[in-house]
Amino acid sequence: MKDGARGVWRLRLYVAGQSPKSITALANLKRLCESHLAGRYRIEVVDLLNQPHLARRDDIVVVPTLVRQLPVPVRKIIGDLSNEKRVLVALEVLPRDGQE
Amino acid sequence: MTATVRSRKSEPTKRAGNGSRPARHPLAKAPTGIPGLDEITNGGLPRGRPTLVCGGAGCGKTLLAMEFLVRGALDYNEPGVFMSFEESAADLVADARSLGFDLERLSARRQLLLDYVRLERAELTETGEYDLEGLFIRLGHAIDSIGAKRVVLDTIELLFSGLSDAFVLRAELARLFRWLKTKQVTAIVTGERSGEHLTRHGLEEFVSDCVILLDQRVTEQSATRRLRILKYRGSAHGGNEMPFLIDDHGVSVLPITSLGLAHRASTAHVSTGVAGLDGMFAKKGYYRGNSVLASGTAGTGKSSLAVHFAAAACRRGERCLYFAFEESPSQITRNMRSIGIDLEPWIRRGLLRVHAERPTALGLEAHLVAMHRLIDHWQPRVVVVDPVTNLIAVGSEIEVKAMLARLIDFMKLRQITALFTSLTEGGRAAERTDLGVSSLMDVWMLLGNQETNGERNRTIQIVKARGMAHSNQVREFVMTDRGITLVDISRRADGSVAIGAARGAQQQQARVGDPESSRGRRVK
Repeated sequence: MKDGARGVWRLRLYVAGQSPKSITALANLKRLCESHLAGRYRIEVVDLLNQPHLARRDDIVVVPTLVRQLPVPVRKIIGDLSNEKRVLVALEVLPRDGQE
Repeated sequence: MTATVRSRKSEPTKRAGNGSRPARHPLAKAPTGIPGLDEITNGGLPRGRPTLVCGGAGCGKTLLAMEFLVRGALDYNEPGVFMSFEESAADLVADARSLGFDLERLSARRQLLLDYVRLERAELTETGEYDLEGLFIRLGHAIDSIGAKRVVLDTIELLFSGLSDAFVLRAELARLFRWLKTKQVTAIVTGERSGEHLTRHGLEEFVSDCVILLDQRVTEQSATRRLRILKYRGSAHGGNEMPFLIDDHGVSVLPITSLGLAHRASTAHVSTGVAGLDGMFAKKGYYRGNSVLASGTAGTGKSSLAVHFAAAACRRGERCLYFAFEESPSQITRNMRSIGIDLEPWIRRGLLRVHAERPTALGLEAHLVAMHRLIDHWQPRVVVVDPVTNLIAVGSEIEVKAMLARLIDFMKLRQITALFTSLTEGGRAAERTDLGVSSLMDVWMLLGNQETNGERNRTIQIVKARGMAHSNQVREFVMTDRGITLVDISRRADGSVAIGAARGAQQQQARVGDPESSRGRRVK
């Protein structure tokens, strides 16, 4: 089950409808995954307007919120993901010092 | 917001032209169910609007907010959502249990929904723009899922420590409070007091209808909690600080100002329990609902008089609650047996309840709350407080008088006749007694123990009796094995009243009939 070690990155993006921030966040996420995790990522978009009960279950208050489910540990990133480098560091795709 | 006030002013004309419509209240209220709080807010919190409850750490904000939801669910059939930013659901359940509330049961019945929002800045990375739409959806779903009418946000300011963009947060909170109004829920939003400011992040800007400030102070080794309504738009409110308590029954607020003088004055009368004494009042006793003060120095027979009054109530089949602040119940029953009054049967029959406690064991507020609660619960027709001076010993003068006024009003509204005994220190002018407590009383009797001709003789006189003619005489009384008996008046030739042995001598010469004397038992 060492899925995350070299395997798939499972990312879940919580949005609220088709707001500009939601659209921007999804676009930013897709772009950075394609450039850094091509072929080994899966994005699930959760629209809280359609599934409001998930906000409580997954402890979401801010949108957009990106949750890295795999690899563990779980990480949370909020905002429209416009700072690509910051997102990559937070996801630990890049090391903390920002060197590629 | 001034529109509320304006629409209220123009309302009479509107109503006049629309007689068929039900009268629209200027401000509908949601009762909190918290004893005392609904009284001082004239009915509760503004319905369908948020109220800010603020105060320092440990002031009782969370518990007050929780009780608002619990009482709403249990007493008013209004389910509630508690969104906690501070304590986990498990902690809240444990805290509420100490107040006697079972949150798990309420949750299981869908009368309550606890939601713990955990936001740790260390665990979050922020990149780019965001908003709190997730919180809106989450709260909206919680409200809709149980049909909530009440909401608590405790304390939403913690969002500021979880998220860095204060500008966005402020805009979102403003939106949140507007949104809460559209959801028509009655909400309590808590905030932590910080220095000069009511809340750390200025929540008071957003919540403009009602602001309640809580405070805990330590004075003379005892902690006192105070509550103050700082603001209540469109509603009259007393700006005074009210003591409040949190104990195993929840929160109780004690308004220390008077309830007002709206009680109905009764014309029915109640026996004093002493036949001869009844005769000194034109109505053969006190008015029902009167507050009676019997003051005197030690050993003048105050407790005996109080017990006569209590026993007379029991004989009428009325319940009497006797607060004994000096003696234990068994001591009282033993002592009274010696003057021929057996209280045991009344206690056994459930007509008399003696509640003995040393006032120093509790703070003044705790005492008065306990008294209110017992009276409310047991519904006596007659109450004895023996002696009220022991209560005075636990509080400051002004506080005691104000709280006593409140207790008296509380009893008057229930048409309870109350007798307070008051111990006067020897040497003090008897009529300057009791911190002006006598001004609160309808009837004031002074008991004395006069030393003349080498003997001590007991006397009683009526200093005042509101709305009732009464004897102006100082009467002698004796304690026999059949109780207190007033002795026939004996006048000397010069018109002065002879008491004790002098009376005996006087009576040898001439007997002056007292019209009331035939009512009392005469003791030779």
